[in-house]
Formats: sequence, structure tokens, C-alpha cells
Amino acid sequence: MIRFENVTKAYPRSARPALDDISLEIVRGQFVFVVGPSGSGKSTMLRLVIREEPTSSGSVLVAGNDLGLLPPRKVPRLRRQIGTVFQDFRLLPNKNVTQNVAFALQVLGRPNRVIKTLVPETLELVGLQGKGRRMPHELSGGEQQRVAIARAVVNKPAILLADEPTGNLDPATSLDIVRLLASINKQYGTTVVMATHDNVIVDELQRRVIELENGVVVRDEEQGTYVPRAESPVAHPAPGHEHPADLWTNPDADWAEEHVRGED
Amino acid sequence: MRLRFLLGDVWVGLRRNLSMAISVVLVTMISLFLLGLGLLAQRQADVMKGYWYDRVQVSIFLCTATSRTPCTGPVTEDQKQNVRSQLEQLRPLVKEVFFESEQEAFDRFREQFKDSPILGNIKVGEIPSSYRVQLSDPSKYEVVASTFENAPGVSSVQDQKQVLERLFTILNKFTRYAVALAVLMVLCAVLLMATTIRQAAFSRRREIGIMRLVGASNMAIRLPFIAETLIAALVGAGLALGLLFAAMRALVGDNSRNVVLRQVAIGTTDIWHIAPILGGMAFALAIITSTITLWRYLRV
Repeated sequence: MIRFENVTKAYPRSARPALDDISLEIVRGQFVFVVGPSGSGKSTMLRLVIREEPTSSGSVLVAGNDLGLLPPRKVPRLRRQIGTVFQDFRLLPNKNVTQNVAFALQVLGRPNRVIKTLVPETLELVGLQGKGRRMPHELSGGEQQRVAIARAVVNKPAILLADEPTGNLDPATSLDIVRLLASINKQYGTTVVMATHDNVIVDELQRRVIELENGVVVRDEEQGTYVPRAESPVAHPAPGHEHPADLWTNPDADWAEEHVRGED
Repeated sequence: MRLRFLLGDVWVGLRRNLSMAISVVLVTMISLFLLGLGLLAQRQADVMKGYWYDRVQVSIFLCTATSRTPCTGPVTEDQKQNVRSQLEQLRPLVKEVFFESEQEAFDRFREQFKDSPILGNIKVGEIPSSYRVQLSDPSKYEVVASTFENAPGVSSVQDQKQVLERLFTILNKFTRYAVALAVLMVLCAVLLMATTIRQAAFSRRREIGIMRLVGASNMAIRLPFIAETLIAALVGAGLALGLLFAAMRALVGDNSRNVVLRQVAIGTTDIWHIAPILGGMAFALAIITSTITLWRYLRV
């Protein structure tokens, strides 16, 4: 469904590339977490999938399209197969819940009768039945994110990208949101790629985990957890730190010595 | 994109950006009004040429007792006959010849200036008699002029066309000024439209972001902006036509029922003739400006 082949993405005014020679494949119907610290390249990866930006080198293939060869006028067609959800929800503040979800169909020119059946259906799917007339500011954060998810999936996309969708939510609500994504993944076979910082969620769901660091895939495991299971620095050395002894001090080490090291 | 959704979007956009929309309407109105004035002045010149060029006469004024040089005294019967026969020789360039006697000239003068105090000082014999010559080709006036200027008994040769030419020059100048101003105002209109679109795009950046994200086509994203600009421009064109009608009424009055005036002056029907030009102009301005602006500021 999504394939990265030796993808490098460098921004003009940045010393190191945001993504550095990444190759990976996400198959149809998979649920994938992309984890890693801020600036590790998670968002860049998602932006490349919706062809928000071109790659610097290498190719990204999405739903059978080589995005590097995709003419600009065909980009909208690609994006219709992809739903996207963000940390900041991005709802239209002057439209109510129903209108926000319907907007995604209206701008695609879908007929009214289709919109009238799809929107309530989708609101029910995300657990917002009966709240169609609420305005975004009248909703809790979790509810707002549900609206955003409804808008992302109302057109039944093959892929759902979520860029830190729980970043603004409390832990319990976050879990509800991810469970919703998981149920969409299960119910419709939608490929879900979720970038996150949330270790609880990742550990709870036990799905494929791709860990990025400095634009490089440092870990890719089926049914992974947020931090490597075998919690050992030797197992997954960060690039440039192949000698973990440099990084990790002996627990018995003298505090004074540690202090001196810090002043280097 | 469904029409109702598009229209709703356009309506919201115009309302949200009302002051900008109004300014686009007004600037378009003024620029097209000026352009319309220029076009009408040109039509007026054409109408006058068409009417008068068939009728212009060359007047050969004969000497009176009070005429100055080159006259040496009132024209004699022989001199009159001479002029007459020479005119006959110039056929077919000379199409028709009328003779206006001093009495007739005086009567015509009295008729023309019947309300003027100047009339009291004029006596029969002071207004010269003349041959009124109609030419088959009005542009060959020189032939007649050179033949009769300084001929015995002739005081002067006058071409009505020269009087008309002066009028045409004025009309042409007016046209040029109006069109030059119109071009400046059109430039203002274009810049204002571009600024308006940029502002509208900025105030709707959230919507545009969502539209791009869900895969709305370029056309679907741009159409509301183009439609808004188009509506504002066409309203401006409509108002410009209204202004032209008002100006026409004020200047010429309603001449649709006046048979003579209708032949020499343009009227409200001429505004209908230039309406498609102004409408087309507004249409083209709006479409071209918005397309270029959106192409520059709304990359998808």
C-alpha cells in the first residue's frame, strides 16, 4: 500500500536530512505506529505520503502510484484515497459537526443524497451520534478529534494517516481515540499509519512499530512496544553512537566523575 | 462541486469580505464607465461623419458692397455667371449647386438668430450671397478652393468639413483621454482584484487546507474565488452601464423619438451596442486576473 524506496528528504536550510535513505513497506490493512523523538522525521514521512512535498531522492509509492512521477493535477485524486488527522484537529470553527464532516464530501462534488447518508453513518461510527449540530468549540478535545476522524474517513479512504492525533488529549481519551482508529482499521481494512509519542498507547495495542531517529529507521518490529523490549543499549545503538559505553555510565560510577563529564 | 454549494460558498465569501468586494465593484464600475465614454465618443464621431459627410457643402461667398480684399466691390452679374459656368465644368465632382441670394441669406440669418440682439445691426446686403456646392467626394475640397479663391467677385471659399474636422478632433481627443484614464483604472481594478483574492484566500486558509487535504480538485478550490471576482466585476459593469445611461440622459436627453437628433447624435441604443464590450471586458478581467493570482498564490 505504501512503500518507501531509499527515500531521502532534505530541507534547503537544514544541515542534516529529515529522512535519510529510508526503505520500508506498509501492506494493505496494516496498523502501524511511527515513533521517535520530535524532529526524527515522523511528520515528514506522512507529508511525503500525501505528496505535500516531493522527495529529494528515492521514491514513494502509494496505492500503486509512484508519487515522484505523479503529475500535480493527479495529486487530488491520490489524496481522496487518504484520510488525514492531526494533533490540532483542524476543524472549521464556523461549521457544526455535521457540516465539518459534510464539507469533505461537498468539495469533492458528491451529491447531496450521498452526503445525507454517509455523514450520519460516519458520525455514528466515531461515536458522535446526536451531536451533529454542536459547534466545534462546544465539544471536548476527544470529541473534536472524533469529528476530525469522521471527516478523514467519511470518503472511505484506503489509508488513514494520523500525525500525533492524541498529542492534545489526556491518556484515557487518547486510548479511546486509538481504539477508534483500530476499529476503523479492523472494520474497513483501512491501512492506518499513526505517528505518536504516546508510549502507553503503543504498548497497549501491540502493533507494528517503526522507530525513527534522526531520519533513520532504527527499529521496525511486528507487535512492537514504544521502547525496545530488550531494554539494552547494545541492541539498538543510535547512529553515531555505536559504542554505547560512551553514553551509559556505570550505575556505580562516582557522582563527581559524572559531574565532570557533564562539564566537558 | 455542486452549484448550490458553490453559490453558498461564494455568498459567504462575498459577505465576509464585503468592503473589498464593494471596492472591486466600484473600481470596475469607474474603469468601465470611462471606457464606455471613450467608446461612445467614438461612436458619436462615426455617426456625425456618416451624417454630415454626405451633406457638407463648400460655400463660395461672393463679394458684397462691404467686403474687404480681395473684393473690389459688389459682385457683378458677369462674375456670377462666370463662377456658375466654371462650377458646371467641374462636374461630376460638383454634384449640386444652389445659389443663395443676399435676401435669402439674410432671411436665413434672421431665422437663425431671431432671439439675438445682433440681428438689429444687420441689413440685407451685408450677408453675402453664395454658391453652395455639394461635392460627390467631400475630400476633394481643395480642387474647388483652388479654382475659386481669388476669382473675381469671390470673397472667400469655405469648407464646412473643416468646421466638422475640428469637432472630430475634439471628440478624438476626448476618446483618447477617456481610454487612457480607463486603462489606468483598469490597472487599478486588476491590482485590487488580485489583492482581494489574496486576502480572501488568506481568510479562508483553513478551508483551503482541508480542501487540499481531502483531495478537492484545483478547480473546486479556485472556482469560488473566480466566481466571486467575476460577480463583483459583472456588477461593476452593470453599474457602469447604468451610469452611462444616466450620463446620456443628462447630456443628450431622450432622443429616441426625435428623428433628426437620432441621426446626428448617439442615444441610449448605442449604450446597448457597447454593453457586450464592457461586459466582455469585465468578464475577461475577472477571469484572467483571478486565474493568474490563484496560480501564483494557491499552489495545490
